[in-house]
Amino acid sequence: MMYIDPHIHMCSRTTYDYLVMREYGIVAVIEPAFWLGQPRTNAGSFKDYFSSLVGWERFRASQFGIQHYCTIGLNPKEANNEALATEVMELLPLYACKEGVVAIGEIGYDDMTEAEDKYFCQQLELAKELDMLVLIHTPHRNKKAGAIQSMERCIEYGLDPSQVVIDHNNEETVEEVLGRGFWAAFTIYPQTKMGNARMVEVVRKYGCDRIIVDSSADWGISDPLAVPKTAQLMLDRGIPEEHVRAVCYENALAAYSQTGQMKASDWLNPQSIDQRQLFSGNSVLRGQEPGIKSVSDFVLIE
Amino acid sequence: MSKVNKLLHHWLLKSVSEKAFAWLEHKQAQISSGAAERVFFTAFSAVPRYLGKQDLQLTFQDLEAAEDVIPGWYPGNWSVDQAGRTLLLLALPHDDAQGYVRSLDQVFSTADMGELVALYQSLPLLPHSELHRQRAAEGIRSNMSNVFQAIALRNPYPANYLDNAAWNQMVLKAVFVGSPLHLIWGLDRRANPELAKMLADYAHERWAAKRSVTPELWRPVGRFADSAIVTDLEKVLANGDTAEQEAAALACAESPLPQAQALLSRYPDLQSSIQQGNLTWNNFSRK
Ligand SMILES: [Zn+2]
Repeated sequence: MMYIDPHIHMCSRTTYDYLVMREYGIVAVIEPAFWLGQPRTNAGSFKDYFSSLVGWERFRASQFGIQHYCTIGLNPKEANNEALATEVMELLPLYACKEGVVAIGEIGYDDMTEAEDKYFCQQLELAKELDMLVLIHTPHRNKKAGAIQSMERCIEYGLDPSQVVIDHNNEETVEEVLGRGFWAAFTIYPQTKMGNARMVEVVRKYGCDRIIVDSSADWGISDPLAVPKTAQLMLDRGIPEEHVRAVCYENALAAYSQTGQMKASDWLNPQSIDQRQLFSGNSVLRGQEPGIKSVSDFVLIE
Repeated sequence: MSKVNKLLHHWLLKSVSEKAFAWLEHKQAQISSGAAERVFFTAFSAVPRYLGKQDLQLTFQDLEAAEDVIPGWYPGNWSVDQAGRTLLLLALPHDDAQGYVRSLDQVFSTADMGELVALYQSLPLLPHSELHRQRAAEGIRSNMSNVFQAIALRNPYPANYLDNAAWNQMVLKAVFVGSPLHLIWGLDRRANPELAKMLADYAHERWAAKRSVTPELWRPVGRFADSAIVTDLEKVLANGDTAEQEAAALACAESPLPQAQALLSRYPDLQSSIQQGNLTWNNFSRK
């Protein structure tokens, strides 16, 4: 089966992850712009980060047969540094419409401060102006209230629920999100977010309509194979195959292909992989021979 | 409307849908009438979303018209998004040169690969030509081959505006990365003694590593060959493959040194085909 991981932070993952992901059937990933674990102290860091999302990371993924897309936005946490946030808002129009950018995101609330609300709304306006999708990060604390307020703001700013993906859902938020017509994404992330056994039950209970599974894997203890592993668990536990395919591939494609920046032909008829190609003088390879196809090539490290 | 604008308009009109064309015209109008900079930034990025990325379908007459307007302008390998992006760059108000360059700097410094190619390709068409020298030199430093090629090949900007140091670096790098030299516009006109010396040194490096060099390397060398270089040409004539021998013979024919003419006369077949016009540098552009 083919999989899409529509929410994963590859800039904190290794090239080896790409290799394993491809082997497990992941054909495309979406990397939402988020924070980097520690706050950035100037707008230049954002500029380089956005450039790497549309540039180097896209290239690195392509070298291992994975199509890379991204979303561009100012994340909720860093919206609280208002001086910086204002400068980042000026950068967004330079990146939002670049090739492979499928949405404004991930935006939303963390502490639900006034500053977070201000920059969230400004970015919704930008999305509306540019006719783009939005990817919403729901807060870890006070999640339900945060999710509801996010959705209300989206409607207030004229976005259609079909153009908005609400992520990091759980059993407490799913009904509200689906009921209002939004896409409901679930992050399979150890400890803090959604577990894969719980995910199986969510799909059993709510079906596969508008539900999306992702890994959100990043620099924390997380699993870049969360999507294929959850799919396997669903199959093992009797979820029909077409439902598994919908939540682990088709729905993400349907949601994000609305921008025209992502289409199945990107990976069904890809340009051939040339691992000798260089990007800005840096090869992904560090002395290895080009043409590595499988993780089993690494069993013996000579 | 400028002649360049007219041509690009005309070509796009026959290559993209009415709806896409209307979007582009709308954006051009907004930008040229002084809309906020973000309108320009977002539209510039968004061009492929509206126009697509297919090739422009240009006729021989179209290419001639381009050459008439700006000698060396060759849009034969341009795509519709590149043409559209160029029109947006041309729409940007430019009375204030500094402001114009500042906007360009912002676009350049945040550009993705596709945008960089369009930007460098359009340099010879943009206003304030002399202000883009640093930018062009920057493009030559790129390690993305398509970006380097966008500035170095089929682009009249470098020959018209770069100083010798930057120009020589560009030619040497083109040899280094294996770009076809005949696609460098103005190569013969901008040949110079330093470049000849750099290329000959490069040939020595390659030979020391038991590697060959492109025969085209000798093209900017002949007129400025000194006796050391003639000795190199002698080696190529004696040991090279056919193409290399032909290139060395052409280089000799272009050299004013009696030593080079004497060398060429030892290869009467090559000498006579050069004299009869059967062997020219154009033979290499067809390979
Ligand atoms: Zn995230």
